[in-house]
Amino acid sequence: MDYVLAALVGCFIALGIYLLLSRSVIRMLLGMVIFGNGVNLLIFTAGRLTRDIAPIIPPGLAQPDGPIANPLPQALILTAIVIGFAMFSFLLVLAFRAYQSLDADNTDTMRLTEPVDEPNPPLSY
Amino acid sequence: MEDLALPPAMIETATAAADWVLVLPLVLSLMGAALLLMLRKSGGLSFVLSVIVLCGVIACDISLLLRVLDGGPLSMTMGRWLPPFGISFAADIFGAAFALTSAVVTLVVLVYAESERDPEAERDNFPSLVLLLLAGVTGSFLTGDMFNLYVWFEVTLIASFGLIVLGGRPIQLDAAVKYGFLNFLATTFFLLSLGLTYGLLGTLNMADIMRVAPSANPAAMAGIAALLLLAFGIKAAAFPLNAWLPASYHAPSVVVSALFAGLLTKVGIYALFKSLVVILPASRDLLEPVLVAIAVGTLLVAPLGAIAETNLRRAIGFLVIGGVGAVLAGIAIPTLAGVSGAGLYIVHAIISMTAIYLVAGLIERWTGETDTRRMGGIYADNTPLSVLFFILVLATAGVPPLLGFWPKLLLVQAAVGEGGWSGGVIAVALLVNAVLTLIAGSRLWAHIFWRPAPETGATAPRAGKRVAYGAAGGLVALIVVAGLWPNPLFEAVRLGAPDLLNPARYVAAVGLAGETP
Repeated sequence: MDYVLAALVGCFIALGIYLLLSRSVIRMLLGMVIFGNGVNLLIFTAGRLTRDIAPIIPPGLAQPDGPIANPLPQALILTAIVIGFAMFSFLLVLAFRAYQSLDADNTDTMRLTEPVDEPNPPLSY
Repeated sequence: MEDLALPPAMIETATAAADWVLVLPLVLSLMGAALLLMLRKSGGLSFVLSVIVLCGVIACDISLLLRVLDGGPLSMTMGRWLPPFGISFAADIFGAAFALTSAVVTLVVLVYAESERDPEAERDNFPSLVLLLLAGVTGSFLTGDMFNLYVWFEVTLIASFGLIVLGGRPIQLDAAVKYGFLNFLATTFFLLSLGLTYGLLGTLNMADIMRVAPSANPAAMAGIAALLLLAFGIKAAAFPLNAWLPASYHAPSVVVSALFAGLLTKVGIYALFKSLVVILPASRDLLEPVLVAIAVGTLLVAPLGAIAETNLRRAIGFLVIGGVGAVLAGIAIPTLAGVSGAGLYIVHAIISMTAIYLVAGLIERWTGETDTRRMGGIYADNTPLSVLFFILVLATAGVPPLLGFWPKLLLVQAAVGEGGWSGGVIAVALLVNAVLTLIAGSRLWAHIFWRPAPETGATAPRAGKRVAYGAAGGLVALIVVAGLWPNPLFEAVRLGAPDLLNPARYVAAVGLAGETP
């Protein structure tokens, strides 16, 4: 099972990076999300996969009865999902506003901060 | 199942009231941000409140620093779970000093922003977002847990997203797309390395990693360290990953640029410093040639970029990257002098990079231009401004007796003392960087102030408010005074640097000393 998930993590991250390399902001955004989910899956796999019971201590005992699943990776992923979703929402709104204001979804044409038509340094001053 | 003798997992005694000073700066700035969000329509009141909150944060940071100077690293663990299960906050001298410097700089920037604010402009959430940014930065400096560091990074990132688009001009949206994607990508790479760290070591508490990491597989740990280097290298704008910084820092309003330059790259470089030098020293040794190459590249490329640039704030953005290169030099040579120099340089860079952007804001206001080609001839018209800018150029280049000189001296000493090819290369790179920075800065100064004004339809000069000059001048005065009287800084560094190279006291403060892995 670990190997399957490891391969899946590899696919997610490869796909995410492939999409991040494209020029379209929306495709980059989708790549970011897939990359982020690949990382979440990696944390889950790195926290050891087991078929054990939930980490709940039965009444009357001082410690869990038998081996339990590790709850920490789930807590980590939950935090990462929440934060990643907030970032995704912001970047989605930003991409839409940029599309409205700059009339551009292509990063090659978004050149307001780094204009392309400037002369080379010795000629420019 | 038989009864195992389990070690205690819960803290039985309440945290001493005095230890709360460790989290108070965070609590104050987060609560202040929430309060100001509610009062965003209240006009001048929100400014007054934010100044009060910031003074409280500074007071807490000072008392924290005094406690750490007095009694060594201080730690507090949340939720009654003992470390490594509970989330720890831990302050050493460097972390506390950076937190204090950041808070002071934030206060100055807030005063400057209020004095330069257009009274007709609608009220935004500026003070609230600034406090949130400070909370994220302070949290990154004071946390003792890697996952918690990730969370504080994201708090900083969300606040900075808000600040960079504040005003919503098209150029800001363009800058925000670049800034946003690159920084989000960096934190995702950081998260990736955290997942691998947890899988390998089973812990994310910094002190616990320091104990466990030496017995882990060195090749795997080197991979993790390389991923951390990539993630924090993007954050700090180290050499091959620096293109986003000059592309985005000049777009928002000048106060936001100043805050970003002062705080954000410093958080990245501090995280890099802490994770490679303090937490994973063995893995750092494997990466040494890479670190030397990155440090030298950053030191040389940054001032060359500043020389080539004609947009004032973009040129200063390259100077910010040069400052990152100096700290990288300290990471590449982690001797006592190197670590001290890098720590001192972060303090210097927080102050002087903020100050130089504030002065650039005054210049832009005076000339009404952002391009140095259309500036000129204000040497005699505005003498205070030309003096402020020139002092800052000297401080950035590291000319004595300003603050920038002392950390560079320590770094060059460390590089020379190291011997070997890497030390020599870094020493030469540091000196070349100083000369090139001086050329870049004096070229900017000559273009803006010295040469005759160009024959364009020059707008009438608009002087900034006295308070704005006072705010920028105050930071410059701090640089001069600290440069002329550096003994307290050296004393703090002398006490703090050994703790970074031998973190036994830090580990003991978090409460993990007695156990074996």
